[in-house]
Amino acid sequence: MQTYEAGTFDVIVVGAGHAGCEAALSAAKMGAKTAVITINLDNIAAMYCNPSIGGPAKGIVVREIDALGGVMGKVIDKAAIQIRMLNTRKGPAVRALRAQADKVVYMQEMKKLLENQPNLQLIQGLVERLIVEDGVCKGVITHTGGIYRAKTIIVTTGTFLRGEIIIGEIKYSSGPNNQQPSITLSENLEELGFELVRYKTGTPPRVNGNTIDYSKTEIQPGDEEPQAFSYETTEYVKDQLPCWLTYTTEKTHQIINDNLHRSPMFSGMIKGRGPRYCPSIEDKVVRFHDKPRHQVFLEPEGRNTEEVYVQGLSTSLPEEVQHDLVKSVPGLENAKMMRTGYAIEYDAIYPTQLWPTLETKLVKNLYTAGQINGTSGYEEAAAQGLMAGINAALRALGKDEEVILKRSEAYIGVLIDDLVTKGTSEPYRLLTSRAEYRLLLRHDNADLRLTDLGYKLGLISEERYRKFADKREKINNEIKRLRSTRLKPDEKTQNLIARIGGSPLKDGILASDLLKRPEMKYEYLKELIPSPVPLSKEVEEQVEIQIKYEGYIQKSLQQVEKVKKMEDKKIPADIDYDAINGLANEAIENLKKVRPLTLAQASRIPGVNPADISILLIYLEQGKIARISDR
Amino acid sequence: MDIDTIAAISTPPGEGAIGIVRLSGPDSLEIADRVFKSPSGKKLKDVRSHTIHYGHIIDPRENKTIEEVMVSVMRAPKTFTREDVVEINCHGGFLSVNRVLELLLSMGARLAEPGEFTKRAFLNGRIDLSQAEATMDLIRAKTDKAMNNALGQLEGRLSRKVKKLRQELVEILAHVEVNIDYPEYDDVEEMTHTLFKEKAEYVKKEIEKLLETAKQGKILREGIKTAIIGRPNVGKSSLLNSFVQENKAIVTDIPGTTRDILEEYVNVRGVPLKLIDTAGIRETEDVVEKIGVERSRKVLREADLILLLLNNNEELTDEDRQLFASVKNMDVIVVINKIDLEQKLDMSEVERLADGRKIVPVSVKEDQGIEELEKTIADMFISGQIEGDDLTYVSNARHIGLLNRALQSVCDGLEGIENGIPVDIVQIDMTKAWELLGEITGETVHDELIDTLFSQFCLGK
Repeated sequence: MQTYEAGTFDVIVVGAGHAGCEAALSAAKMGAKTAVITINLDNIAAMYCNPSIGGPAKGIVVREIDALGGVMGKVIDKAAIQIRMLNTRKGPAVRALRAQADKVVYMQEMKKLLENQPNLQLIQGLVERLIVEDGVCKGVITHTGGIYRAKTIIVTTGTFLRGEIIIGEIKYSSGPNNQQPSITLSENLEELGFELVRYKTGTPPRVNGNTIDYSKTEIQPGDEEPQAFSYETTEYVKDQLPCWLTYTTEKTHQIINDNLHRSPMFSGMIKGRGPRYCPSIEDKVVRFHDKPRHQVFLEPEGRNTEEVYVQGLSTSLPEEVQHDLVKSVPGLENAKMMRTGYAIEYDAIYPTQLWPTLETKLVKNLYTAGQINGTSGYEEAAAQGLMAGINAALRALGKDEEVILKRSEAYIGVLIDDLVTKGTSEPYRLLTSRAEYRLLLRHDNADLRLTDLGYKLGLISEERYRKFADKREKINNEIKRLRSTRLKPDEKTQNLIARIGGSPLKDGILASDLLKRPEMKYEYLKELIPSPVPLSKEVEEQVEIQIKYEGYIQKSLQQVEKVKKMEDKKIPADIDYDAINGLANEAIENLKKVRPLTLAQASRIPGVNPADISILLIYLEQGKIARISDR
Repeated sequence: MDIDTIAAISTPPGEGAIGIVRLSGPDSLEIADRVFKSPSGKKLKDVRSHTIHYGHIIDPRENKTIEEVMVSVMRAPKTFTREDVVEINCHGGFLSVNRVLELLLSMGARLAEPGEFTKRAFLNGRIDLSQAEATMDLIRAKTDKAMNNALGQLEGRLSRKVKKLRQELVEILAHVEVNIDYPEYDDVEEMTHTLFKEKAEYVKKEIEKLLETAKQGKILREGIKTAIIGRPNVGKSSLLNSFVQENKAIVTDIPGTTRDILEEYVNVRGVPLKLIDTAGIRETEDVVEKIGVERSRKVLREADLILLLLNNNEELTDEDRQLFASVKNMDVIVVINKIDLEQKLDMSEVERLADGRKIVPVSVKEDQGIEELEKTIADMFISGQIEGDDLTYVSNARHIGLLNRALQSVCDGLEGIENGIPVDIVQIDMTKAWELLGEITGETVHDELIDTLFSQFCLGK
C-alpha cells in the first residue's frame, strides 16, 4: 500500500465513541493539537446499546466528568427526553441521576462540540497499524495510506476490535450495529506483545412503537422537577417522554427453553466472557429458573423515531425465535421487530497492562481507554477517555505531570484503580459497592471534589470557576454559622419542633446539632434562623448533608487518612522485585505484573499480603533500591 | 508511618514467672489508662517517662479485676519503636497475660503483626539502615510461623461459625446493594430500617454468643476461681470438703497450676472450680482472721465466683452485711447453710441484700441442697442452649479482639438505625463488621460481595 505523510499532531485519538470524544476534547482544550480518527463520522458518540445515561454510580461518574471539564453531562442534558433522580428515599451517598436519551440528538450535539473545538481535527478513516519505534508509539497508519504522527496516541476502539456479531447459528465479522470492524489493529496489538482477552456483550431487539399496546404496560414517567447532570446546564428537559414496564411470561420462558440448543450462549459458539450484571434473557431464564417473570422496560430511542428499545430482552437467539419471543410479552403481541438482538464478541487489552494514567506499560506514549480496557458502559468509557486525554495531553505538551485520581476522590479513581490493580474477569461495570468511600463520593459534591483540578488543567472556564468558588464559600460560611448559632428553647423553636414531630428542647442547642436530629431539615431550620445572604437550593442541600452525616463522613475521612501515608509512598516503576528478599513468590509474581506506583496500590493487589507490604516498605526505606536496568 | 497503636505479648509463651504485654503507638498511654488502676488513682498519662507503677488491670465493662501488674511507661522517642510504649508486667503466667492482651485489643489496640515492633523501630530510624535485610527476614520468618500456628489454632468449629455469620452478613450487604444499584429491580424487598435492624440484632446476638463461648473457653482452661466466704463457723470448710469428696479432683494440663498447693480443683457438673485459698480455709476455718483484711480483699478481687455463706440458725450480723457490700457487682451465690436447724435468719433482708442473685438453701451436714447448689453453679457458667459437643471455643486473644471490634461495629450500626440514618450509610458499619470477621478466618476474597450480588439476584437494568 502506498502511504503518505498526512499530518503531525500532539495527540491522536483513534475512535470517536464515548471515550474517544472526551479524550479528544480534553486534549484539545488543554492546548494540544489533536486529531480524532474514526471509521464513520456519522457514528460519533453512538449509543449502540441502551438509550440511557447515568444510574447508580454511573450517574455520579457523569457528574465527576462534568466537574473535571468533560462533556458527557452537558451533551446528555441537551439530548435527554426523560430525567429521573434514583434512590431519593435512600441516603445522599447513593442518589444518582439517570436520563433517557434521544440517541440521534446525542450524536449530533457531540459532533457539533468536536467540530467547533479549536485545536481539534476530525478525520474519517480506519486505523490499521500503530507506528512503534523502540517501544515508543509515534503515530498511526490508516487503511487509505495516511501516516499520522503524534507525540501521544490514545486508542478507544470499543467493541470494534475483531468484532463478531452472533445471532443464533449465524456469526459474522462486524462492529456493533453492522459497522465495519477493526481487524488489523487487533493483530498489530498482538504483535506488539499485548495480552488480549475476548469479551462478549449483547443488545436486545428494537420494535416499532406504533405496534405496541401500551395499555397492557405500566407507565414510568420522568421526575416532575427534572434536574441536570452538568453544573453548567441552566435549561432543564421539557415535555418528557415516559418509559413503560411490562414482564416476560411463562410463554417467553417456554420459547427460550425450547430453543436453548440454538442459543450460541449454550451451544458453545460464544467463547467470550459476558457481564453478569447485564445478562441475556436466556441467561436469566436458565440461571434463575424459579423466577416466574422478568421485568421488561420499553424505552423510546428518541423523539423523531418510533423505535423502542426492549430493555431486559437482550438475546442472541436466532432471529425467527426473537420474533416469537417479543410477541410473548404483554403489550408486544403485535409488535413489529425493527432490529434483531445480537451478541457481540470483541478483543480487549487485559487492563493490568496499563499504568494508572492509562498509558500502556509495553509501549510508551500509547494510551487506551473505554471498552478496549475491559469495561462496559458509556459512562465508564467516557471517564477513561477523559483521564487518558488529560494524561496524553500533559505528556505531549511536555509537562512533567500526571493525573491519577484516588479512590477517595472519585468513582473514576475507583474504576481505574480496580482495572489496573486487580484486572477484571468480565466486562467491568462500576457499582456503588466497589467504592469503599462512597459516602465521600456523592452525586451532590462532585463539583466540590473535582472542580479545582479541572480548573487547574484548563478544562474549566474562569466564569464557571468563579461561580463554583462562590458556591463553596457560601456553603462553608453557612456551616460555620450553624455551628456557632445557639437556639434557645423559646416558643417559636418549640412550636416548630412540635410541628415536625420532634421531642421538645430541654435546653439551648447549637443549630448544627438540632439539624442532626432525624426529623429536622434545613428548610425548617431556616424558618428559625434565616441565612443573612440568599442561598441556592444546592447550597442548602450541601449544608444539610455535610452537617447531618458529619459523624459518618468523619469516619470515612479517618479511613482515608489511614491509607494516605501508604498512598504517598511511591514505588519506582522499574523496581526489581526479584532482588527483594523475603517477599512471597505469589506476591513477587503479582507485583511484577501490576508494577504498582504506590504502596497503597501494592496492598490492593490480590495475593499480596500485609507481611509482603511490610517487607516492601522496609526495602523502600533503606534506600538502596535495585532496578531492572541494573541487572 | 503508622497511626494505630499495636499490642502483643512480648514474652515467649509457656511457663515463666512474668509475662509482658507491650503497647506501642500514639494511643498507648490512653489505652493503658482505660484498664489500669493504681492504688493512688494516678493516671499513666500523668507520670514521668521511664517509670514503673504498681496497680491492677480492670475490665471496665464489668468492673472486674483481671491482673495485678507493674506497668512501665516509656514515652517517645527514647523507646525501642521511638513511639510511646507501655509494658504491662503480669505475674500470673500465660493465661492471665492473654486476658490482659484480649482486654487491650477490645479497648482500641490492634494486635501487632508479626515483627511489627521491629518494623516500627526500623521505620522510625531506631534501627540502622544496614539492618533492613535482617528486619525483613524477621518479618518473613515470624509471619510464616504465625501462619502455621494460626492454621492449627483456628478450630474447625469456630471457623465454620464465623463463616456462617459472614455469609449472613454478606447477604444483608448484598441485599442493600441491590436496592441501591438496581432500584427498579422488583424481586427483592426493600431493606427497611425494621428489616435491617432485625438482621443486625441477630448478628449482634450471634457474635455475643461467640464471645460468651470465649468466657467458657477460658473457664475450661483455667477453672472458675471460686472463693467461699462467710463468718467463722458458718460451714465453709464443710462445704469445701463436701465438694472435694463428692467430686473427683481434676488434673489440668495448665503448667504451674497442678502443683499449686493453695488451690483445689473440683469438677462440678463439667465446670471446673478452682477453689481459692482453700488451704487457708482448711486450717483456720476463717479466711479473714487468718490472712487479714488486705489479703481477703485480694482473694475477692481474683474470684470469678463467690459463694457467700450465711447461717440459717443465726440472725444476720453487721459482718454479714459487710460481706455483701464487699462483693457488689460480682457473680455471687448466696448459700444459706444449716437449714436442718431452726430458721432465725431474716429471709426478707437476705433477699434484699442478694439483690436478685441466686439464693440456695443447703445443709452441708445433712447433704441437703448440695445438688441444687452444683446445678446453680453449672447453670451460671454454661448457658443452657449450648450443649457439650456443640461448644465452640474462642480462645485466641486475636479472635476475641476481632470479635469485640466486629460487635462494636454492629452496635454502631444499630445506633445509626435508631438515629434514623439511611440504611445505605449504616451499611458502612455492617461492612466493617463483615471485614473484621473475615480477618478471623483469613478470608479476603476479592469481589466476594459482588459475586454474592450476582449469584443471588437476577439483575438487568
